[in-house]
Amino acid sequence: MRMRERRREKDRWTRAKSLAEADTSAVVCRGLTKRYPGVVAVDGLDLRVEHGECFGLLGPNGAGKTTTIEILEGLLEPDTGEVRVLGLSWRTDSKELRQRVGVHLQETRLSDKLTVAETVRLFRSFYREGPTVAEVLGRVQLAEKENARVGSLSGGQRQRLSLACALTGRPDLLFLDEPTTGLDPQSRRSIWDLVESFLAGGGTALLTTHYMEEAARLCDRVGIMDRGRVITLGSPADLVASLGAEHVVEFSVSDGEDIIALEAQGIDRFRVLPDVHGVRASNGRVFLTVGHVHTTLPALLEALRADGLTLAGLSTHGATLEDVFVALTGRQLRDA
Amino acid sequence: MRDLDRSPLAQLTLAWLRETAREPEAVFWTFVFPILLALALGIAFRRGTPARIPVGVTAGSLAESTAASLNGENGIRAVVLPADSAFSELRRGDLALVVTASDEGIEYRYDPTRDDSRSARPVVNDVLQRAAGRSDPKSTYDVTIQERGSRYIDFLIPGLLGLNLLSTGLWGVGYMVVRMRKDRLLKRLNASPVPRGRFLLGFMLGRLVFLAVELPLLLGFAWLVFGVPIRGSLLLLTALAVLGAFTFTGFGLLIASRARTTEAVTGLMNLASLPMWILSGVFFSSDNFPDVMQPFISALPLTGMVDALRGVMLDGSTLAGVAGEVAVVGTWGLGSLLIAVRIFRWQ
Repeated sequence: MRMRERRREKDRWTRAKSLAEADTSAVVCRGLTKRYPGVVAVDGLDLRVEHGECFGLLGPNGAGKTTTIEILEGLLEPDTGEVRVLGLSWRTDSKELRQRVGVHLQETRLSDKLTVAETVRLFRSFYREGPTVAEVLGRVQLAEKENARVGSLSGGQRQRLSLACALTGRPDLLFLDEPTTGLDPQSRRSIWDLVESFLAGGGTALLTTHYMEEAARLCDRVGIMDRGRVITLGSPADLVASLGAEHVVEFSVSDGEDIIALEAQGIDRFRVLPDVHGVRASNGRVFLTVGHVHTTLPALLEALRADGLTLAGLSTHGATLEDVFVALTGRQLRDA
Repeated sequence: MRDLDRSPLAQLTLAWLRETAREPEAVFWTFVFPILLALALGIAFRRGTPARIPVGVTAGSLAESTAASLNGENGIRAVVLPADSAFSELRRGDLALVVTASDEGIEYRYDPTRDDSRSARPVVNDVLQRAAGRSDPKSTYDVTIQERGSRYIDFLIPGLLGLNLLSTGLWGVGYMVVRMRKDRLLKRLNASPVPRGRFLLGFMLGRLVFLAVELPLLLGFAWLVFGVPIRGSLLLLTALAVLGAFTFTGFGLLIASRARTTEAVTGLMNLASLPMWILSGVFFSSDNFPDVMQPFISALPLTGMVDALRGVMLDGSTLAGVAGEVAVVGTWGLGSLLIAVRIFRWQ
């Protein structure tokens, strides 16, 4: 069944190719811009998502992730630029595209007064093919909640219901705008499992998030966004490797009584320590990206002692996408 | 059942019905409120035995005998009062007329712009003249009737029906649309393959299902409790109500087509409906307004609706008799819907 569908899709591709300068990527956009009064939300964005891939747009709030994904979803018109989704255009093929694309929007409130099953049945009726209501509810683990009112669901359950609505049409491509924002860790993991099982079934997904661990776990490739642009692009592992270092040493210092906030000019002395690849300061703390913690740490302690400073706090962790973002922008994902 | 599951129109209609029926307030305002209003107004304006005309007689030598002859008459209640307190009661409207009898003749003091005073004057005069010995050249007989269909409650019920069609159309549909927009549910629906026309049609069908309960309930109540007649065709009356539900739902969609907040849409709906509450002849005849306003008043959709309902219920009008009103209402409905679809904001 699934195979046949795929083949049919392939036929569609070859047909589309002859019609337009078709691109077999799941999503392609070129030179996308969108301005709002006083802000350039998206600033000349190019993007390509391949079939079967999970692509993540990672960035702080206000980076332009939602505007971008809503343009790709066909909900917003870009000021300039071109978008092709599944080889089709929103302008001419929106009816066909809507059938094949599943969407989870940020902050949608489904009707509180309807039950879970009624809500899914409503969405299921819009699509020409797809799983039954019971199958969808089973997949998102809401089967026992089928007769509960949406208003009585927890945040995680609501989010899973929204995902169920996005999956009812058995989409080829799933758009997820911040699917786990505001959820507790357990609910977040259950959403991740769902997205992974969709991907395992051959689906393509494009998601936005400001959680680096979400991007690292789900995405084959990540585009880090800041101020309407993609500032770097690659697999999570490659991006972290591009830091040239695998660990981050984070510390703050005091002169014995008060914590001293070291500013940019005060931290250059740490650059010469062994195996240090990068240095920066933020909120009074100093971050060193290092190759090996055991090489750098003794030298750091020695240097501090020589300056008459003592450690007020010290921690180390493996380098993450967050550190990539910080290294590129000098700001942190959460408070950028 | 399977077919119903696969039909977007059926599912959208069901969603509207479920949402509305699960909102106790909506059920109250749609079904219970018009009946309570009819009951209250029907009782307040019921006709019992007509009240007796209050007449003051100023104190004087002939006062007692004058009052006695007036009180001998059934429809008059006369009291003797000092002149100045009689005049002040007349000014306050407690008395319809003040009589001062003297040897020279009878003085009637009243305000000719007051209906009750003007009609009291010849009645009182007749009684006093007859008591003074006048004989009428012809004998008279009274045959009194009280016909159903001419009372205030008969006038009121078609008005309330029209008003209910307007209110439920505006509030039931308009308010829900704006809430869905605020909750980004409209945006979510817009991101699925929902045929837009069918989305709007779902609201209308939902309204019609409600109408199938609301119409028999109000008319049945009016007939059982007050004996309000339906002289014309019941089918035509139903068709008019369906037209009204369609028109005012379209009107509600138009008003809600752009508003982003429930506060904004509440203001707009009050702005649109309050003039019609007053001008369209729901509670009292719109003939009371000056002639210059009449063309404007008859162009309002509720005026057409109420006049047509009243014509069919009370005068037994046929479709031809209410064609003008139907045209006005239909134009509003179709026009609102067409504009609403064009300017509708989905996000």
